[in-house]
Amino acid sequence: MATTAPRSSQLTLADLKGKVDPDWCPGCGDFGVLSAIEKALVELQIPNHNVVAISGIGCSSNLPGFINTYGMHTLHGRALAVAAGLKLANHELTVLVTGGDGDGFGIGGNHFVHSMRRNVDLTYIVMDNQIYGLTTGQTSPTSRIGMKTKSMPFGNIEAPVNPISLALAAGATFVARGYSADQKHLTELIKRGIEHKGFSFLDVFSPCVTYNHDNTYQWYRPRVKKLEDDPSYDPSVWITAMEKSLLWGEEIPIGRFFERTDVPSLHASEPVLNEGPLVHQDPRVPPEVARTFIEELM
Amino acid sequence: MKQTFAIGIGGAAGQGVATPGDIFAKIFSRRGLNLNAYNAYQSIIRGGHTFLTIRTGPEKVTNMGDRIDLFIPLNQDSMDRHLKLLSSGAACLYNADTIRPGPAADGVQFCPLPVSELADITRNKVAQNTIAIGAGLHMMGIGFPALEDVLQEQFKKKGAAVVTENMSVARAGYDYAAAHFTDFPNPLPKTENRYAILSGNIAMAMGGAAAGVKFYCAYPMSPSTGVLHWMAAHARKAGIMVRQVEDEIGVVNMAIGAAHAGIRSMCATSGGGFALMSEGLGMSAMMETPVVVINCQRAGPSTGVPTKTEQGDLWQMLGAAFGDYPRVIAAPLDIGDCFTLIPEIFNIADRFQCPGLVLCDLLLSEGRLSVHPRDLDFTPPIDRGELITTNNGAPSSVPTNGSYKRYKITESGVSPRAVPGVPGHIHTAATDEHMEDGVLISDEFTNPIKRREMMEKRMRKVAGIEAAVPPPVLCGPRDAEVTLIGWGSTKGVIEEACEILTEQGIPSNQLQIRWLVPLHGDAILEILKASRHTILVENNYSGQFARYLRSETSFVPDGHIRKYDGEPFMPHHIVEAVKEQLAGKTKLSVPMHEIMV
Repeated sequence: MATTAPRSSQLTLADLKGKVDPDWCPGCGDFGVLSAIEKALVELQIPNHNVVAISGIGCSSNLPGFINTYGMHTLHGRALAVAAGLKLANHELTVLVTGGDGDGFGIGGNHFVHSMRRNVDLTYIVMDNQIYGLTTGQTSPTSRIGMKTKSMPFGNIEAPVNPISLALAAGATFVARGYSADQKHLTELIKRGIEHKGFSFLDVFSPCVTYNHDNTYQWYRPRVKKLEDDPSYDPSVWITAMEKSLLWGEEIPIGRFFERTDVPSLHASEPVLNEGPLVHQDPRVPPEVARTFIEELM
Repeated sequence: MKQTFAIGIGGAAGQGVATPGDIFAKIFSRRGLNLNAYNAYQSIIRGGHTFLTIRTGPEKVTNMGDRIDLFIPLNQDSMDRHLKLLSSGAACLYNADTIRPGPAADGVQFCPLPVSELADITRNKVAQNTIAIGAGLHMMGIGFPALEDVLQEQFKKKGAAVVTENMSVARAGYDYAAAHFTDFPNPLPKTENRYAILSGNIAMAMGGAAAGVKFYCAYPMSPSTGVLHWMAAHARKAGIMVRQVEDEIGVVNMAIGAAHAGIRSMCATSGGGFALMSEGLGMSAMMETPVVVINCQRAGPSTGVPTKTEQGDLWQMLGAAFGDYPRVIAAPLDIGDCFTLIPEIFNIADRFQCPGLVLCDLLLSEGRLSVHPRDLDFTPPIDRGELITTNNGAPSSVPTNGSYKRYKITESGVSPRAVPGVPGHIHTAATDEHMEDGVLISDEFTNPIKRREMMEKRMRKVAGIEAAVPPPVLCGPRDAEVTLIGWGSTKGVIEEACEILTEQGIPSNQLQIRWLVPLHGDAILEILKASRHTILVENNYSGQFARYLRSETSFVPDGHIRKYDGEPFMPHHIVEAVKEQLAGKTKLSVPMHEIMV
């Protein structure tokens, strides 16, 4: 992975502490996601100056401000597009994209689908709370049918998107679901996602304790079942991953649904990068090449 | 008057208008002649009607001109539409088997070609085009060998048999003209110069390569797509990453992401795509990550007329994205300038860490101009501004042990910019308002004092940008009777209108604006206050530049010449409008376009 600079010292959790403390509501699931990201980076020992956390807008998208890595807090829905540009310009960096379900599956839906089919080498962690939090509680693309919110006070009548099925259909090469309250499991998933060479998508249940009274910790705890607990589950088989992705109700699978390693990531398929990251290349067109550009017009 | 010669070729899309156009263009440029070409067409792949004008001459040819000397209609429709454009001395070459001439002005030479007698039309479907090229060249006084070379190149991919076939068909046309038609009185001259022929889109793409652009992305949109095509075709040789993105929102965000990593990044679109990009421009300004965005204007609003030209997006550019922020907007003056401007605007965008916007239009993007190779300089000055990068992992400046402030408040408003990967400079760039160290001041607490400081820091860059950009200059005699004001692509046609007016006893000068933001209002006002009669020429309905000029300077010109029919100005449109305005007939002239396509 992205470790070009010599490691002068061990990266510790203290090194990753951001300039300010998170401003999430007490009990918010996002604390658990931040913590798991930090643990994953420490376990992988990726120097923090080689990590970029990129987010859109929303409660969870404030995460880059709370972790001591390079960060970009971009526009609502646009984190994946920005991240793809940054990764292609310097593929030695480890790029984490973080945000919420509204940011990623609503306003950013187009970039979500296309980032997956392109297999850009990003780790995309969605803190999915099935609600719009920062705008004080409206229906999100993952809100269940019937859920009452300020924008749908008589109950949601639109079917929610299934992020796992969508990711599988769009060609994501790593698809997983985590649960913010299961730190150990989530940390492992994030580590695997970072190590995966290609687009890794992690949909993480991250309960909103203020606006979502349906999908609470109490609701999730008895339902989530780890795929890893079933020794016969093979995450390299797409069709069973798709079948598992449709399970929802009394039992909700979490864990690594799918991973394939035979598809090169976008930057690995681009011959322009044969000589290394763009940021290290000479910006000048060689004179003999420039001459051919002009001669073909004469 | 300059000596020029213009050919008009009309036909349906797919009938092969482009090939004779390319062949004539190559022959002219290899004779050391300048040329300017403009193709009037529609958004159709097969059918419809297109009309290509190629004007050539030994001196610089800045626009399509007023006169067609040789008209080659490839079908009856074109004959019916355009024969009336010809005046005495002009000639019309046509396939006598399929096309009937109509009434024409006195002194127009009809040159019917018996195509089926001269070529086997069952084998060669475009024989009429090749015969007409041969015949036309003879009438212009150009020897056959010039055509041989070009046909060889044009058809070599199709094999020797096709080359021989076309050669003999062209020869038949050449010889037929020698025996049956009267040559033009002045054979086309020859010079020792050699020119490159390029479109504005190619020029802007090459200008990007010369500026050191390493990342280009786009979504196809006429008339900007030519930039993408050149970039994609030359990406590997030039070492540029080129990506086609899902939409223009993705385009601008991806471009900014790449720029944020520390490379030069560019994208191009037209008005509709630019509208989708505007939120991203605000991000570039707020994060202080420079990016260059090209808008090739087409006739709007909405889908509008995708294949027609207009200068209708000025206010969109001026107002793109909400909030106040420093930006640079420049309009290239001609196709050569499309090349030169890109490295210049990159240097300013980089130095001042803000978006650089290029306001081009279809006339330049898709027009063709001969440019001297020395004007295509691939070693322009590159000024990346205060940029802190790594070179293969080693920091290029001393690590700051946590004291680095990405948005440090400085006198210039510019703060040294470290890119991700540099040890000791970790920070978050945010679209929310932030403090010097990048920490947000928008969410948990807001701070009017800090907000004001950051706003003023960013806006202080405006003064620096103004000093970095030259004010416009007046061209022509100071004491002229008329001053014509234009911006961007109208430079060439206004220049020629000034020459014609001056020859006709109305001394005229020209003030052409290239840098729209910053405008240098004081310098402009000083020039215009000393002018005797000012007329503003622009390719839009509402006088977008007139309104901008007034808002910045309070200056109101004496008159306006506007055109919003989708086609560019021709010199006589401006000349006649100036005369009617000087005669006191009107203050607003809207010339009628005579070429109907």
